[in-house]
Amino acid sequence: MANKRIDFSCPMPEFDFNTITLEHGSGGQLMHRLLEDLIFKLFANKQLDQQHDGAILQLNGSVAFSTDSYVVSPIFFPGGNIGDLAINGTMNDIAMCGAIPKYISLGLIVEEGLQIDELWKVLESIYRVVKSYQIEIVTGDTKVVERGKGDKLFINTTGIGEVLPRAKIGIEQIREGDHVLVSGNIGSHGMAVMSVREGLEFKTSLQSDTQYIGDISAQLINTFGDKLRFMRDPTRGGLATVLNEITSKNNMSIELEDQLIPVLPQTRSACELLGLDPVYVANEGVFVAVVAHDIAETVLMMMRSFHKCADAAYIGKVTSNFPKKVIVKSGIGGKRVIPMLIGEQLPRIC
Amino acid sequence: MKYLDEYRDVAIVKRYLEKLHRITTRNWSIMEICGGQTHSLVKNGIVDLLPEKITMVHGPGCPVCVTPVELIDKAIQIAHRKDTVLCSFGDMIRVPGTSGSLLKAKAEGANVRVVYSPLDAVKFANQNPGKKVVFFAVGFETTAPVNALSLLQAEQLGLKNYFMLTSHVLVPPAMDALLQDKESKINGFLAAGHVCTVMGTKQYLPIVNKYKVPIVISGFEPVDLIQGLLKCVDQLERGESKLDNQYARVVNKEGNLEARRLIDEVFEVVDRSWRGIGVLVNSGLGIKEKYRHLDADNNYKSEFAGSVEDDGCMAGLILRGLRKPRQCQHFGKLCTPENPLGAPMVSSEGACAAYYNFSYV
Repeated sequence: MANKRIDFSCPMPEFDFNTITLEHGSGGQLMHRLLEDLIFKLFANKQLDQQHDGAILQLNGSVAFSTDSYVVSPIFFPGGNIGDLAINGTMNDIAMCGAIPKYISLGLIVEEGLQIDELWKVLESIYRVVKSYQIEIVTGDTKVVERGKGDKLFINTTGIGEVLPRAKIGIEQIREGDHVLVSGNIGSHGMAVMSVREGLEFKTSLQSDTQYIGDISAQLINTFGDKLRFMRDPTRGGLATVLNEITSKNNMSIELEDQLIPVLPQTRSACELLGLDPVYVANEGVFVAVVAHDIAETVLMMMRSFHKCADAAYIGKVTSNFPKKVIVKSGIGGKRVIPMLIGEQLPRIC
Repeated sequence: MKYLDEYRDVAIVKRYLEKLHRITTRNWSIMEICGGQTHSLVKNGIVDLLPEKITMVHGPGCPVCVTPVELIDKAIQIAHRKDTVLCSFGDMIRVPGTSGSLLKAKAEGANVRVVYSPLDAVKFANQNPGKKVVFFAVGFETTAPVNALSLLQAEQLGLKNYFMLTSHVLVPPAMDALLQDKESKINGFLAAGHVCTVMGTKQYLPIVNKYKVPIVISGFEPVDLIQGLLKCVDQLERGESKLDNQYARVVNKEGNLEARRLIDEVFEVVDRSWRGIGVLVNSGLGIKEKYRHLDADNNYKSEFAGSVEDDGCMAGLILRGLRKPRQCQHFGKLCTPENPLGAPMVSSEGACAAYYNFSYV
């Protein structure tokens, strides 16, 4: 959750129904009431108040633009829900371009039968994030689909942000000898969601790490400029996927040290139990940074000064020893490849 | 993590490795039976740290790999039935049958559901009385008890819609077959710790006595595997052949009596076909007459008999330890985890997949 918590005590508007039906998506009276009372009042701003299908925006300099669809199941999980995930996720994608997110769109695809109070809880979480980071929801869309044609609620968000003048982020900026850092414990989000997934429920104190990390990345860019070569938040596919994306696009290798990759003991245990590898598990509030080796220590110190990056760590470096491969050195001295994942990680039989 | 970190201790691993290097004077081929051990050996890079004179031969203990192609074809047929949901462990669904896998069938509309436990399949059957639920029960002695329990639970609940498609296999007959193979050059075994947790150690004595081969029951962590190897090589260098138990923290002589009782209640020993190896006498478990009404084999008749193995795959030679994955011309080229020609490239416990995924050479 965001650093600056907003006291949120806005009560849910009263409705004479408690379930979303197809009629709420029909464009008629019911839909109008739903949007008016749930969306427009909550997220009111100059753009949204126009109740237009689009928005006219003022931006300076280069613009970063990103879209993502959120289909997480279940929609509520320890540490968050599909709402804050959808805002944090897209804002983080903008931030990883070296930009500050300014505006966001909100598209809801609601399955018939969703309870109004569930929708309200999701919107409430969205409200908290956008207020905390002064992002405006400037346009959106709501559709209702028949029961069985969705999974309670899907959300699409598209974000726009202003690129910071000193940002020079890209795989092509990466040099041999650069250090690879990660801003926190990996795998927490994926395992927290799995812990409440149907047929797999297990008791854990794990929480999703869903959070906005753009405030930290912005400070790093403003301080270190082009010495900050590359940033990416390793969401679906995890740390391994992001690192493989880097090595597949240049001729370098990344050599990691297994012992240095930060993973919470609960995540490690859950992964052991299910036969999964934490490097492939999704994250929602962590980023990987590749930085020039001479600033690595200072970058780490700056990251750790933020509560949400307290466990930031150096995990390895860029080399030319194993072109196009990500290699991890085990504690006992053996080496292995971390390949790109084929499809989903499959739980093993025994 | 308690009970794991101790067995990944770098200092202990190094000490055992040094000792292993010191005592090894001759060439030895040692087979680790279990795919989980293969996975750990390759994942932790242990294979590269061993003395050159020791060759690890990867055994057939990967349930996904040895499940016959006919049965995968049958599972796919069952999953395509409108009235049925086929429940399976995750890594079974990518294994290629004659044409396609359960994963492909699912994309084409078949009812395939991945479960972590057969008891979840029973629960699903209980909640969906209008559907027939078939659990695809594969595995060694390790998964047999919980699979047996699922049948008993379904009986107790009076479910008429829960069935099991069984392909259970047993380790000792496979070891016997491997040792009878004239091409085999195996000098010693690391036996599968988890299997022995259920079955105990006694089953291996006849093999030790018959073939004069050392068998060391071993765990799965780096310390377990290297200590197991040390015990095995020590015997070989001294010219001894005994049954030894490195995994004594969980394995005892009798095994888990309650688990064995469950197996005996539901299953009986039958001949079983192993993918890539062929039919081995008394090498599997089938459902006893008493519970035959829950046997999917009885309730679903096979609609075609044309199961064919991809002839480019040398899985049989790999599973018998006669070839290494890299000796296959298709390894990493035509055959990858994304497009596997044979089962050992699918499961992370399969030797080919372990080499493909983890070795960097």
